[in-house]
Amino acid sequence: MLPPQGPPLRGVVFAQPVTGSLHGRDGSLAGATYLAGVSLETTDTPSKVKAAVRLTAPETPALVRHHRRNLGDPTYRVILTGLAVLLPLLMLAVAGQLAISAAPALKKFGFNFMFTTTWDPVAEVYGAAPMIFGTVVSSLLALLIAVPLSLGTAIFLTEFAPRWLRQPIGFLVELLAAVPSVVYGLWGVFVLIPLLRTVAVPPLRAVLGWTPFFKGVFYGNSMLAGGVILAIMIVPYIAAVSREVLLAVPSSQREAAMGLGATRWEAVWSAVLPYGRAGIMGAIMLGFGRALGETMAVTMLIGNRHDLGASLLQPAYTMAAAIANEFSEATTPMYLSALFAVGLVLFVITITINALARLLVWRVAKGAAVGSKAL
Amino acid sequence: MSARAIRRRAKSAVMTAVVAALALLAVAPLVAIFADLVHKGATSIDWNFFLKSPVPAGESGGGVANAIVGSAIIVALACLVGMPIGVGAGLFLAEYGGGRLGWFVRFIADVMNGTPSIVVGISAWTWLVRPSGHFSALAGGAALAMLMIPMLARTTEEMVRLVPNSLREAALALGYPRWRTSLTVVTRTALGGIVTGALVAVARVAGETAPLLFTALGNLNFSTSIAEPMQTLSLQIYVYATGPFEEWHRLAWAAALVLMGMVLTLSLTARWVTRRRHDQ
Repeated sequence: MLPPQGPPLRGVVFAQPVTGSLHGRDGSLAGATYLAGVSLETTDTPSKVKAAVRLTAPETPALVRHHRRNLGDPTYRVILTGLAVLLPLLMLAVAGQLAISAAPALKKFGFNFMFTTTWDPVAEVYGAAPMIFGTVVSSLLALLIAVPLSLGTAIFLTEFAPRWLRQPIGFLVELLAAVPSVVYGLWGVFVLIPLLRTVAVPPLRAVLGWTPFFKGVFYGNSMLAGGVILAIMIVPYIAAVSREVLLAVPSSQREAAMGLGATRWEAVWSAVLPYGRAGIMGAIMLGFGRALGETMAVTMLIGNRHDLGASLLQPAYTMAAAIANEFSEATTPMYLSALFAVGLVLFVITITINALARLLVWRVAKGAAVGSKAL
Repeated sequence: MSARAIRRRAKSAVMTAVVAALALLAVAPLVAIFADLVHKGATSIDWNFFLKSPVPAGESGGGVANAIVGSAIIVALACLVGMPIGVGAGLFLAEYGGGRLGWFVRFIADVMNGTPSIVVGISAWTWLVRPSGHFSALAGGAALAMLMIPMLARTTEEMVRLVPNSLREAALALGYPRWRTSLTVVTRTALGGIVTGALVAVARVAGETAPLLFTALGNLNFSTSIAEPMQTLSLQIYVYATGPFEEWHRLAWAAALVLMGMVLTLSLTARWVTRRRHDQ
């Protein structure tokens, strides 16, 4: 027998609050009245309520207390939101203050501020090119040394190290991040520089002395010393973040590569590293950002000379070191403003690099506070 | 086994050795720094070192009592200002941080974590030192608080997120409003983790120097007034290490050993607290 030929039926079950407020969060429905029922639709009659009933939840004395307007939750939320919003506001305030304080110098020198090399407080002429150059070069030198070390550490810790060794080495790397900058500076002045003088510089000069990078006398306090101490300081950051990135790579990547007959190294090189590439780039940029803004150790080691030379053996300057050294000597408003302008340039560069790095790392590790132990 | 397979295996073995060597090389400076700190600093540490203030340049003797007390006061000030804001922001991120505002605050906190501390220092100078006309421990504490806040926000968020949802649901089902659930059940469960995060943040700012250069400034005398310049261990190390006297260098190593000991104790305590929680 055929089914009856009529318009198809569609039903909707509904429940609508009619009176009383619904306290979904504490689960209490006391006193709320609902209109509940079934409405049936056919194609020719848009909506017909077939059955409806009013439901009122009983007002039990124990629950009535919660049924009163709950002011605690909205208040709590507003307070927490207020505290959280302070973070962006604080950052905005720092940026705004730097911009205001830097305005006189930037107005006077314009973009030339970043591209001229004269820094003469007596004549009130300020150009920050040598320190911008010194900041970027010392940080790049630090990356050149730190990237192989920290990636090697991260790969060793996640892929090759025996289980009993992972924790202790990971912990030592974390501790390296806990050493205060000024202690690195102290160690650099009294141990690293003599070490560079006796062990590292003579062979470097012998092999690479013909290049402009290793010409001239080794001053001790130099771009090389600054770069090496920065390298030691950023290894833990890059290692910690890339380790977490590598841990986030699904093990199916490794298994698939090994299943195809790859050796362990081939699996790491061809399946694990490419997968975590964005995150590792992010880790490296985080390290770069750290190196750019690092102050004390560099101030103590880089020589603090407004000079724009190619030789790594000569003294140089960084933006952070210039502020640390000259801020308390800045007696004229223009001098002070020029130092704030240096601060603004440093702030903008590090913020940009950090923001890009974070986005890259998040892409791999989905918003987790990656590397927070080290940071 | 073909020659090619042997070559590939050999390469894998060699690369394993290479990354192991790189890892060793990466931790070598840490070992060297510790060895030098103990070697050069330990002999200068005696009771006077902890109990006396510095003597005038050129004379021998004296200690860093003022710097140790100063460090403690300034870090305590930083905690007083930074903890409520940092932990509160972290609770927001964990409890209500699913939306766009949460994403934004999380992003800003991570970016702020990388802000150069010297920049924070000159901002604090502009707001707190210039208007009042004098350097103060309070300004130093505020500068350190600005560094602590984003760190605390992120670690608190992570720790609160670890609290199982069933605990929240149980409290809500008993008729607890959300704020009480959050404050008494969730936060109490996550307390160990939050304390760990706070210890790590304290360990980090305790060694900061750059933001204190133009705020707390340093002080050769013993001072406990937060409205006046104050010495910290980090500032003292900087002055002594860059100064011309042998005696100062000796004291710098000793002060660095003390500072490192403090930082290490905090880090190890933090680690011990988390370890114990994971074991349970």
